[in-house]
Amino acid sequence: MELKTQNLTYEYDTGTSYAKKAIEDVNLVISDNEFIGLIGHTGSGKSTLIQHLNGLLKATSGHVYWNGNDIFSEGFDRREFRGHVGLVFQYPEYQLFGTDVLKDVCFGPKNLGLSEEEAKVRAKEALALVGIDEKLFKSSPFELSGGQKRRVAIAGVLAMRPDILILDEPTAGLDPKGRDEILDSVSAIRRETGNTVILVSHSMDDVAEYVDRVIVINKGRIEFDGIPRDIFSRIEELEEMGLSAPAISYIMRDLKDAGFNVGDGALTVKEAADKILDNFRRGHV
Amino acid sequence: MFKDITLGQYYPADSVIHRLDPRVKLLGTIVYIASLFIGKTFFTFIPIAAFLVMVVILSKVPVSFILKGIKPIIPLLIISAAFNLILTPGDSVIVKFWIITINWEGVFMAIFIILRLLFLVAGTSILTLTTTPTRLTDGIEKGLRFLVPLKVPVHEIAMMMSIALRFIPILTEEADKIKKAQMARGADFESGNLMKRVRAMIPLLVPLFVSAFRRAGDLAMAMEARCYHGSEGRTKMKLLVYSGRDFAAYGVIFGYLAIVIIMRVFGL
Repeated sequence: MELKTQNLTYEYDTGTSYAKKAIEDVNLVISDNEFIGLIGHTGSGKSTLIQHLNGLLKATSGHVYWNGNDIFSEGFDRREFRGHVGLVFQYPEYQLFGTDVLKDVCFGPKNLGLSEEEAKVRAKEALALVGIDEKLFKSSPFELSGGQKRRVAIAGVLAMRPDILILDEPTAGLDPKGRDEILDSVSAIRRETGNTVILVSHSMDDVAEYVDRVIVINKGRIEFDGIPRDIFSRIEELEEMGLSAPAISYIMRDLKDAGFNVGDGALTVKEAADKILDNFRRGHV
Repeated sequence: MFKDITLGQYYPADSVIHRLDPRVKLLGTIVYIASLFIGKTFFTFIPIAAFLVMVVILSKVPVSFILKGIKPIIPLLIISAAFNLILTPGDSVIVKFWIITINWEGVFMAIFIILRLLFLVAGTSILTLTTTPTRLTDGIEKGLRFLVPLKVPVHEIAMMMSIALRFIPILTEEADKIKKAQMARGADFESGNLMKRVRAMIPLLVPLFVSAFRRAGDLAMAMEARCYHGSEGRTKMKLLVYSGRDFAAYGVIFGYLAIVIIMRVFGL
């Protein structure tokens, strides 16, 4: 499985005074079993880019290839393709409509042409992955809490068993507890399905702990594409784009500036703690 | 699909038309609509077209923007043209088969109706394209103030109108978003027979209604939090005051109306 973009450019409202290039010359290759963080400031073109990845938007110029086939070529089944590249929009709970949770989650798989029973099997499996209790299957999706609604909506996409799961700001508007629940669900999904997951966010702290690859987008262009360690060490450049490195990087930088030999590249609090302790053990106080 | 709806949309630009007092534009729109129905012959489209072209040029709104507003009414145009084509009585028969007769009167009538509707939609869209909802409400409120002694809730009506206008772009954007979200789940809005297509709208309409109610609730709460209590004792930050430009515009509008009426009187 391979999803590839080639010189992707998209312009909004071409020919009016609103005309604006949302993304410009984007080249990406996304393959099996990756965990990617797509990061950019508000308005950087993240949401526009991901809508190209499942064919909801057609680029002004450039191409998207799925296993080598142009998704806008004649005879390409984009509806079926959207089952392979599952996109969960921002505030996905606003798309819920079913009379009960289970029926709502069945919507996706049924659109893929699966039978009622098979759709139910997949729906139940997806709901289990996001941690929705079986007792809630028959309740109306509108009666659930905000965090639960969101997890049901994510299950709605997961039930199609996509090869790539894209989540646009899955933690937006949630409290810290809801945030952790969602991110833990995502990492559970990733662990259990082994699929590629793209986590879109403006917050480095959200992604630092989880992903193995970070793509930074700024003003519609890809600025960095690499492993988190390399990217988070470029604090100054990130700040120029209105982004920040994970909070812990700042503490580590200050420690280093103050003369402690703690090295580079601690991404999580745990790693940072290990490095600091290590430094003490070696006696470089 | 939903992005094509230009109804109630504002096009930001700096033009004479944008700067006009909203009351002038409201009256101008009413006069314009009236003129379309005063005219009975093809000749009246000459001053109407001249007036519209002048306003469009002055407004600096791109023509493509106005034409976009016409697209959704095309089915309506076709239906009304078809009815006029068939049902207009007349003697100069062109074709006759079964129970349908088409005559020259019908052909003229159909073209006439199409032109009238096109001018109606194109002209009235200028009002909202060049006036922000706030200014429009102010204009309605002040323009209709003479109705207050008759216990007409002018302020409330104006407020409801402005809220409705304000929410058209928000709800169309929301509809677009929900549509995309359901398409991402494999929904199909484009194929199938009528029944299937209507059923396909459910996943779109239910969330849209839920969201409209949620937004209404949020808005009501936000208004109450700012102590909104209707028109009583409410003052304006931006007062509407006529300037020379507005009087000149009134002159043009009444001159235009006079021309159309004179043409009607003389049977042109």
